[in-house]
Amino acid sequence: MNGSRERVLGRIRAALADVPAGEAPPDVSVPQTYAASHEQGERLELLAGRIADYRAEVHRTTGGGLPDTIAAVLSQRRTRRAVTASDAPPVWFTSTAAEVVRDDGVDVATLEGTDSVVTGCALAVAETGTLVLDSGAAQGRRIISLIPDHHVCVVNASDVVASVPHALHRLDPDRPLTWISGPSATSDIELERVEGVHGPRVLDVVLVE
Amino acid sequence: MSTAFMGMPGFPRAARAAVNDAQLRSNLRTATRTIREKRDAAVSELDDWQDLRAAGQAIKNRTLRHLDLYLERLESAVQAAGGRVHWASDAAEANRLVTRLVRDTGESEVVKVKSMTTQEIELNEALGQAGITAYETDLAELIVQLSEDRPSHILVPAIHRNRAEIRDILASHMAEWGTPAPEGLTDDPRALAEAARRHLRDRFLTTNVAVSGANFAVADTGTMVVLESEGNGRMCLTLPRTLISVVGIEKVVPSWSDLEVFLQLLPRSSTGERMNPYTSTWTGVAPGDGPEEFHLVLLDNGRTNALSDTVGRQALRCIRCSACLNVCPVYERTGGHAYGSVYPGPIGAILTPQLRGTTAEPEASLPYASSLCGACYEVCPVSIDIPDVLVRLREQVVSQPGHRSEKAAMRAAGWVLGGHRRLGLAQAAATAARSVVPRRLPPPASAWTDSRDLPSVPGRTFREWWRDRAEGKESGA
Amino acid sequence: MRIALFVTCLNDTLFPATGRAVVRLLERLGHEVVFPRAQTCCGQMHYNTGYRRDAQRIAVHFVRTFSDAEAVVVPSGSCAAMVRDNYRRLAEPGSRLARQVENLLPRVYELTELLTDVLEVRDVGAYFPYSVTYHPTCHGLRMLGLGSRPYELLQRVRGLRLVELPEARECCGFGGTFAVKNADVSAAMAADKLGQVSATGAEVLCAVDNSCLMHLGGTAQRAGTGVRTVHLAEILSSTEQEPTVP
Repeated sequence: MNGSRERVLGRIRAALADVPAGEAPPDVSVPQTYAASHEQGERLELLAGRIADYRAEVHRTTGGGLPDTIAAVLSQRRTRRAVTASDAPPVWFTSTAAEVVRDDGVDVATLEGTDSVVTGCALAVAETGTLVLDSGAAQGRRIISLIPDHHVCVVNASDVVASVPHALHRLDPDRPLTWISGPSATSDIELERVEGVHGPRVLDVVLVE
Repeated sequence: MSTAFMGMPGFPRAARAAVNDAQLRSNLRTATRTIREKRDAAVSELDDWQDLRAAGQAIKNRTLRHLDLYLERLESAVQAAGGRVHWASDAAEANRLVTRLVRDTGESEVVKVKSMTTQEIELNEALGQAGITAYETDLAELIVQLSEDRPSHILVPAIHRNRAEIRDILASHMAEWGTPAPEGLTDDPRALAEAARRHLRDRFLTTNVAVSGANFAVADTGTMVVLESEGNGRMCLTLPRTLISVVGIEKVVPSWSDLEVFLQLLPRSSTGERMNPYTSTWTGVAPGDGPEEFHLVLLDNGRTNALSDTVGRQALRCIRCSACLNVCPVYERTGGHAYGSVYPGPIGAILTPQLRGTTAEPEASLPYASSLCGACYEVCPVSIDIPDVLVRLREQVVSQPGHRSEKAAMRAAGWVLGGHRRLGLAQAAATAARSVVPRRLPPPASAWTDSRDLPSVPGRTFREWWRDRAEGKESGA
Repeated sequence: MRIALFVTCLNDTLFPATGRAVVRLLERLGHEVVFPRAQTCCGQMHYNTGYRRDAQRIAVHFVRTFSDAEAVVVPSGSCAAMVRDNYRRLAEPGSRLARQVENLLPRVYELTELLTDVLEVRDVGAYFPYSVTYHPTCHGLRMLGLGSRPYELLQRVRGLRLVELPEARECCGFGGTFAVKNADVSAAMAADKLGQVSATGAEVLCAVDNSCLMHLGGTAQRAGTGVRTVHLAEILSSTEQEPTVP
């Protein structure tokens, strides 16, 4: 094994014979003239519009209206059972009639039999309509937002950033991240986007102001 | 080295068959047109696109010029995060490594996330010989696998198939591999996607080993990044106990913040979306969340050949978006199979000969599979000057033995064009012969006259007219 | 202005009318045209086919021939692009050729660049009573970045009806030796391009490269379609008194 490592590194060094011995990586300058964000509109409006473009639904509410909004979304999708992170705020579920399972290591078979998942997110990116989950507060393990066919994601207005660069600065690479832009989709048939393959086929985003 | 594509004819012969396949031409035309429009719209939304391109190019250049350093850094970071790192100098070694890693788990089945790198090394075939079944889970890869076909596009390996053909493939072959297609399957893309979901659902939930590639590997943090659309990637990256990622050494980027450039460039260039539906990143293993074991296999397999050429090196900047395929007029008319490699289109025409050398076919004819129109360079998100590398490779091909008649003709033409007197004499000969030039010429000139008339040779060259005019013989035409 | 004409080997031998048109046009606009007799070729065919050393020799000859010119005009997008883009790659950094190339390049212009950028003229007083569609050839489009220049000139030609060409940016399939080495693909591209041209209903197909026009014109002639191919210079040189007849 070690032999291959040295062989590959040796080939690389031989291939780079033209690079001056004294050159350090920063000597190859990277122009950072690109924009930190693109000023494409007011952040929350932009996010809502972008998410809708992916054929996901956006529900705007306030802190006080959140339980009713979640209840309405779950009832609209005919959810009987929903799963959520073990640390999701109990107030989210004070209005719904659906059974809510807390993820304390729920097995795959149980998730497969669960209609919906309700999670929070680490942040959302307005320009691209992206939600980022980092397994942090109210999000749970990656698997819970993957197996149920319907994902309800609660986004706090204060967690909406403008752009991809802003998002990366706030995220911790040591945590496993899932960036979600609309429901699962494929472009494999004649290069047309069709929603709904292996991931959740329905995505509801609840935007809390 | 490559068995699936072994014995491929040179590009012109393979292309001839493709050009005459009306169904293929029509499928490709529809698909490339659709994606081109989407890409243009997505790109035009960002007024700093050229700045992003310049940054992407520079980050990759910085990485490639110090590749050894970044790979060592990546290795340490992955190990520190609980992953294991393996090095493979060629395809055979990578396949042996992965086979052993799978065997060590005691399993005989793996699920796969779409990966060009594992296609390149023909991992599925190698695993199959070791009694391990590899299941492709990306819809297009599934279509290719079910129909025992070869991929013809980097992003959409089944781009050469239309919806009706895809329906037929799913309907007739799914049962051989697992859950059959539903009765009465239609060619509605939604129904086809639904069939794929049902076919693979149990497979995802019960398979303990996954094999993936990666779009990016971040040296500073040891983070791997996979962009996908369907959720099959998320399934493979989070459900199995063991995850093995086979990654080309050129996929490394220096730091986490560099992703801010590539996560803007790649989705807009490839599927023409602001962002692809799912992007997963992981750093080693996360206790209680996802695989318990992570192996990274770093692959050379000819990449250091490309790295050693100061012009050709830029091909390693490629982020596999496939924008160059979608705009290429040659690709649009031939499809991917004619290129005889998993890397088709303009990028394939420069990458394949660099990875495998230019002495055999189809590699020797690939550098000529281009009119040098430059559309590929224009859309490339990391500004790979593909025409420049094609010319560089042509120089390499003509420096090899062979091409005798062309070399002689070029040398003769070079001599004629070396001075105006010689040129004048050659022109006089052409003018004298003008009335006897037939409409159709014998080979090799027949390649021109098979489909085109020759222009008629004028009675007087420009320089003769100029001379006559200067001598006051006449002023008009 | 005293302008040196680099007519190009293809125009010299097969399309002398284009060279004559450039001379007529520039003289009509009040400029002096000279034709350095030592000129031969830009070396593009050798360069693009992989014969770098031969291309280098031809480049040396070119820069020597035109070193003293106030301005060089090239009635070919691809030959102008060869000189402007690729001579830098041909010359070893720091070599004499490199210095000569850097010195000469800023004075080498494709015809429409010379007219609009240097002579700052758009209405050249031309008359051409036909419907015309313009194909932006690849090297003019992408290497030189000619952009709107040819259209601005054509729009001001009296009697001319300019018709937009659909999917204009797509290559016609000429590509030098590509037309022979990959004849099937090349022919398919030409057929598609001509399909687009026919759809416009234009009588004349115009471009700034006779190489592409030779490929398209030869295909059209073989197929028996009615469209005629005419180099832009011949349209711009055309007047009521001395009309260009397509």
